[in-house]
Amino acid sequence: MGVGIKVERLNAWFGKTQALHDINMDVPANHATAVIGPSGCGKSTFVRCLNRMHETIPDARAEGRVTMGDVDVYNGTPAVQIRRRIGMVFQKPNPFPTMSIYGNVAAGLKLNGFRDRRRLDEIVERSLKLSALWDEVKDTLHKQSGASLSGGQQQRLCIARALAVQPEVLLMDEPCSALDPISTGKIEELIFQLKENFTIVIVTHNMQQASRVAEFTGFFLLGKLIEFDKTEKIFTTPSDKRTEDYITGRFG
Amino acid sequence: MMADPAFGAPRLDAPQPLAEPQLVAKAEAKSEPLIKAGSSHVADEVFRYAMLACGLCVLALVGIIIYELAKGSRLSWHAFGLSFFFRSEWDPVNEQFGALPFVYGTVVSSLLALLLAVPLALGVAIFITEMCPRRVKTVLAFSTELLAAIPSVIYGLWAIFVLVPLLRRFVQPWLARYLGWTGLFEGPPYGIGMLAAGVILAIMIVPIISSITREVMTAVPQQQREAVLALGATRWEMIRTGVLRNARAGILGGVILGLGRALGETMAVTMVIGNRPEIARSLFAPGYTMASVIANEFSEATTDTYLSALVEVGLALFLVTIIVNILAQVLVWSVTRGMPARSNA
Amino acid sequence: MPEDTAASGTFTTAPVSLYRRTVNLLMTSAAALAVVLVLLPLGAIFAYLVYKGIGALNWDFLTQTPKPVGEIGGGMANAIAGTGLILLIASSMGVPIGIGAGIYLAEYGRNRLGDLVRFTADVLNGVPSIVVGIVAYAIVVLTQGHFSALAGGVALAIMMIPTITRATEEMLLLVPNAVREAAYGLGVSRWRTTLSITLRTATSGVITGVMLAFARVAGETAPLLFTAFGNQYWNWKVNQPTAALSLQVFTYAISPFDEWHRHAWAGALILIILIVIAVSAVRIAASRGMLKGAS
Repeated sequence: MGVGIKVERLNAWFGKTQALHDINMDVPANHATAVIGPSGCGKSTFVRCLNRMHETIPDARAEGRVTMGDVDVYNGTPAVQIRRRIGMVFQKPNPFPTMSIYGNVAAGLKLNGFRDRRRLDEIVERSLKLSALWDEVKDTLHKQSGASLSGGQQQRLCIARALAVQPEVLLMDEPCSALDPISTGKIEELIFQLKENFTIVIVTHNMQQASRVAEFTGFFLLGKLIEFDKTEKIFTTPSDKRTEDYITGRFG
Repeated sequence: MMADPAFGAPRLDAPQPLAEPQLVAKAEAKSEPLIKAGSSHVADEVFRYAMLACGLCVLALVGIIIYELAKGSRLSWHAFGLSFFFRSEWDPVNEQFGALPFVYGTVVSSLLALLLAVPLALGVAIFITEMCPRRVKTVLAFSTELLAAIPSVIYGLWAIFVLVPLLRRFVQPWLARYLGWTGLFEGPPYGIGMLAAGVILAIMIVPIISSITREVMTAVPQQQREAVLALGATRWEMIRTGVLRNARAGILGGVILGLGRALGETMAVTMVIGNRPEIARSLFAPGYTMASVIANEFSEATTDTYLSALVEVGLALFLVTIIVNILAQVLVWSVTRGMPARSNA
Repeated sequence: MPEDTAASGTFTTAPVSLYRRTVNLLMTSAAALAVVLVLLPLGAIFAYLVYKGIGALNWDFLTQTPKPVGEIGGGMANAIAGTGLILLIASSMGVPIGIGAGIYLAEYGRNRLGDLVRFTADVLNGVPSIVVGIVAYAIVVLTQGHFSALAGGVALAIMMIPTITRATEEMLLLVPNAVREAAYGLGVSRWRTTLSITLRTATSGVITGVMLAFARVAGETAPLLFTAFGNQYWNWKVNQPTAALSLQVFTYAISPFDEWHRHAWAGALILIILIVIAVSAVRIAASRGMLKGAS
C-alpha cells in the first residue's frame, strides 16, 4: 500500500533564485495527484523536492517539512534511503545504456546490495508485468540492451525499474511528454492501475491527461501553489480566478 | 468554464494481469525490506577523498619533479652560478662544466626543425581540412596519427641507417656546392651532425603541428569561409582570409607546441647529432643538445659535480619546455574555446 | 597587391585575374606536395622496418637472450619480456591514479582546484621524457642504490598518468546527466553511481585512453636509460635492472656491429607492430561508436 505525503511550508532555491514559495499540500495515499501549471511554474522542482533530488543540483537547496507517512523526509533519514522509498520516472526516458533489459530493471536492487538471484528474477518479471512491458520483451530480457527499445517501451522500462525497488510513492515528471500518443495512452492506463498500490504524483502540462488519470490536482503558478482540490472541482468549478484562466487557456 | 468529464473513465482494452501475486508480494515486502537500510554517507565521503587524492597526486608529481631537479642541481649551481649557461667548456676530467654548447645545439636543431616542419605541417593541415575528399581524409588523418605514434628510438634507427647516408651522399654535397657561400654548409659531409638532427626532428614534429592546426582550422565557423567565398575569392584566398587569419593564434600555438616537443626530444637526436660539445656555424658539424648530453652521460657521471651539472641541464630543459608548452596551450585555447581569435593589427 | 583587393569593390566586378588563378593553383599544389613529402618518410620508415626487420626475425629472436659480441644469433626475448614487466609495474600505479584523477575532474572537479589539476596534468604531459627519467632516478634508484624495473615502471607511470586522466575525464563527461539522475532516483549512493553506472557507461572510452597511454609509453627509451638500465639476461625481479625492447634497439643501433644492427631492426619491427595494433584498435573502437557515452 502507498503512503501519503504531507508538505508544509516548502521553499526551494536555485542559488539565489527562489523557485518555490511556501508550498503546503497533502498528497493522499493510493491516489494519483496531478501537478499542473505553465512552464517554469516550479512543478518539476516541487516534485524533485519530495524525493530530495533537488539537492543533487549544485547550489540548490530546500527548506520546510516533508513527511512521508511517519517519516520526516529531510531530517533524520539519509536522502539515499528516502529515494528507495520514493521512485521517480523522468521526462525523457533514461535507461542505463550499457545494461540489458533485465539489468536495467534489476539495477536498483543490485546496486543496493540485493543478491538473491531467484527472487531477483521474480521481481524483474513482476515489475515488467506491472509496467505492461513483459509480453514484449520476455524473450530478449538478457540479450537486448535497454537503449535499443522504442521511446514508449523505454519509458515503461524506466517505470519497471522504479517499481522493482518497491517504493511506496511514485513520482512522474511529465513522463509522456517525449512519447507518441499510443505510448502515452498505454502509460496512462498503467497509472490508472498502479495507483491501487502506490501513491502517484504526476507532473503534466497536459490538462486532459491530468483529468484522465488523477483524482486530485494542484495548480502551480510562479512557484506558488494556487489551488489544490479534487480534479473534478479544479476543472469544472475552480475557486481561484488564476486557475480558471489557466484551465480555459487564457495563458500558459 | 471548461468541463471535461473524461475524468475517471478507464480504458477497457489491453488488460494487464494485476491479480494475486502482486498483492501478496506487496504484503511480503512490508515485513522484510528487500534492501537493507544503511547510510552511505561515510562511503561517499571516503570515495570523494580517494578521488581527490588521485587528483592531488598529479599536483604532487609536478611538485616532486621541481623539487628533485632543484635539489640535484644545487651543487652545480653553487659551483658555477648563472655563468653555467654561458660557458662552453665541458670537461668532466677537470670538473669544469659549461652548458652553452648544449643550449646552442638545442636551439639550433629545434629552430631548423621548425623551419622545415612548419610549412609542411601547414600544407598537410590545409590539404586535409579544406581540399581533401572525404574518404581520403580518414586515411590521411590516420597516417599522421601513425607518424605521431612512432617511438623516438625507431626514428633514430631509421635516421642512422637511411637518412644519414642519404644526407652524406646526396644532400650535403649538393648543399655545399650551391649554398656553401652562406657559411652554413662547410666542412666534411659526415652525414651525422646538426643537419641530420634538424631533419629528423622536423619529421617528428610535423604530426603535432599539423593536428593542432587542423583542430583550430576546423573550429573556424563555416560562415567565415562562406562569407569570403561569396565575395568571389579563389579557394586559396578563402583559406587565407577566411580560415588561416581567424585561426592564427591557434596555429601559432600549434607551432610553439611543436617547438616544445623538439626541445625535449632525446633519442632520435642523440643517435644522429654526433654528440660533440662544440659550437660551430656549419650545419654539417656535429653538435650536442641538452637532452642528448643527459642521455649519454648520466649513467657514466663519475663525480657528484658531474651529476649535478647534468641535473642542472635537466632543470633548465624542464623550465624552458614548461614555459613554451604553457604559452602554446594558452594560444590554442583562445581559438578552440569559442572565443573568436582577436584580429590584432 | 591583387589579393588586397578583397576588401575593395573591384574584387567583385573584375574577372579572376591570371595572377590570382596562378597563385591559387600554386598553393593548392604546394599543399598536395606537402602531403606527399610528409607521407614519404612514413612510408620509408615502415618499408625499411619490414624489409630489414623481417630478415632477422625468427623463432630464435623471440625466444633467446642476446649472444656475446661477435657471435651470430641470439635474440631479444628478455627485452620483450622486460618491456612487459616494466609496463605491468607502470600500469599498476599509473592506471588507478590516472582513472581516479579523471573521476575527480569529471565528478568533483568543476571548480578552481579542479582547473588547477587539469592544467597541471597538461603541464605534466609536456615534461621531456629524459627529465622524467632523472626524477625517477632520484626517487627510486638513489633510494634503493641500484637500477631496477621498479624505477623504470615509476618513470613510465608518471608519463602515463596525464593521458589517462584527460581521456577518463572526457569520457565521463560524455555520459549524460540523465543517466546519473536515474541512478540517484533509485536511491543509489553517489559513489556507487559513479563507479557502477557512470564509469561503467564510459568503460570502452576509458580503456581506449589506457591503450593510448600504453602505446605512447611502450616505445619510450629515454626514461629507462638510467632507471631500468637494461640487462643481457632474463630478469623477472622487480628490483633488478631489466632489459627493455626500446633500450635494446637503442644500444644495438649505436653499436658498431652489423649483427647487432640486424637485431635492432627486428626489435624495432616488433615494437612498431605492437604500437600499430594498439593505435588501430583505438581507431576502430572510435569509429564503431563504442566511445559514445550513451544510447
